[in-house]
Amino acid sequence: MLTDVKTLDVQKIRKDFPILNTLVHGKPLVYFDNAATTQKPLCVIQKEEEYYKTLNSNIHRGVHSLSQKATTAYEQAREKVLRFINASRLSEIVITKGTTDSINLVASSFGKKFIKEGDEIIISHLEHHSNIVPWQLLCEEKGAKLKVIPINDKGEIIFEAFEKLISDKTKFISVVYVSNSLGTVNPVKEIIQLAHSKNIPVLIDAAQAIQHFKIDVQELDCDFLAFSGHKLYAPTGVGILYGKEKYLEEMPPYQGGGDMIASVTFEKTTYNSLPYKFEAGTPNIAGVIGMGTAIDYLNETGMDLISSYEKDLFEYANTKLSSVEKLTPIGTAENKLSVFSFALEGIHPHDIGTILDFDGIAIRTGHHCTQPVMQRFGIPATARISLSFYNTKEEIDFTADALKKVFEVFG
Amino acid sequence: MDSELRELYQQVILDHNKSPRNFKKLDDANHHAEGHNPLCGDHLDIYLQLEHDVVKDISFIGNGCAISKSSASLMTAIVKGKTKEEAEHLFEKFHNLVTGKLKDADEIEALGKLAVFQGVHEFPARVKCASLAWHTLHVALNNTEEKISTE
Repeated sequence: MLTDVKTLDVQKIRKDFPILNTLVHGKPLVYFDNAATTQKPLCVIQKEEEYYKTLNSNIHRGVHSLSQKATTAYEQAREKVLRFINASRLSEIVITKGTTDSINLVASSFGKKFIKEGDEIIISHLEHHSNIVPWQLLCEEKGAKLKVIPINDKGEIIFEAFEKLISDKTKFISVVYVSNSLGTVNPVKEIIQLAHSKNIPVLIDAAQAIQHFKIDVQELDCDFLAFSGHKLYAPTGVGILYGKEKYLEEMPPYQGGGDMIASVTFEKTTYNSLPYKFEAGTPNIAGVIGMGTAIDYLNETGMDLISSYEKDLFEYANTKLSSVEKLTPIGTAENKLSVFSFALEGIHPHDIGTILDFDGIAIRTGHHCTQPVMQRFGIPATARISLSFYNTKEEIDFTADALKKVFEVFG
Repeated sequence: MDSELRELYQQVILDHNKSPRNFKKLDDANHHAEGHNPLCGDHLDIYLQLEHDVVKDISFIGNGCAISKSSASLMTAIVKGKTKEEAEHLFEKFHNLVTGKLKDADEIEALGKLAVFQGVHEFPARVKCASLAWHTLHVALNNTEEKISTE
């Protein structure tokens, strides 16, 4: 018996994203800046609107009906996140403002309690500034040292160098799952296993991973996982920190304020239970509920289907774009997804970006908040195409032709 | 090709991008400033030989897009021989030009070759590219040895 192989109907998907109908300079928008932020499906946009029209009130506070309903909707979103990453306890799902906020929370709070002078923290050369600077700040404050796993010419971390970096002084490891500037997929499972054999906790920056494939935190066994809603088809200003309870329990609060307390007197304040201990102040309630809806949407579409469609699309883009004359791909890791960074001979990425914009093509140009990666390749910037499951092969063909036009402008 | 795009990438700009003038380090410079645009990673150094408030010689080195490189190149060509005051005055005019504030046709024409940057004001994201060299020149003229940033 033949079984139907399910494939993603991209034309149907595209109808779910109203912004894809936009014209830019009179041309249909080709949105290739998904690593910066993803577009939002109509259901997410409507959910936010519906919240403000029918539920708006503060959560965890009032006894009135609206507040209770808002609280329920907010907490349901947390449950959706829990199932999405297969965590086992709601106490381990901390709602934040985004990946940057999540990493700062850990660097600040874990750091305050556990990092001492002479300790070492390991990151990789592929990190986004948001997974470099919080650790630098911590190291400066504590007199600890930041160690960096080097990368090879393909943009892959050198695992043997990582093995040598680990020592008795290593107290924390924080690495990116998928590089935002090169698309390299790091062997995070192997990193975690090696770290755990020496009892070192590991944070995984999943900002560029969570939207592309299924992540199971129990199977991965990471101690912390950070990601943003806005790269997961949800509104900006919301994010998640997953953390193992054994660490979160021991960590002091990150910020003080409302919602994170059990009781306050001027003599002594006791803190709320997890995860609320880390959630001071009124959050972006509509955004969090919208994130829950985005997760529903991804589940209905099917993360496996999304992964296989995007894999196929990326391979097509990689082949097609690499064949453009005078184009050099930057970052050629064996295990790579979604991101195609490149240089055109003699033309600065900024000029490429402006010229492609005239064809309605939105790409990112610059250092992508990964200046050390640019320094490693001896370039100031790259042009970057980053894909989503609403992109098509036709858009890639169109872009390959548009790239040839860049040379026409420059004569 | 789109006319707005051609307006931005005029032949003079493409020419100065391809063969930038005064693109070297000035060994006997007595003023220097470093400028960078953290948004895109553009970076340049301006070297000045200033004598009695006159720009005797000027050069630049750096890395940037066609707009920023050609702007630096044209600036060095035009500022050479001018007084500090004249250079500062040109900077003001140039800034008004690329931000769309300078509209008088005669005034624009009076800027000579610099007028080719008029198209930049249609591209708000590129104004910083065009003005980086001038901001850096301003710092170099006043001899503050600080790094400057357009952010």
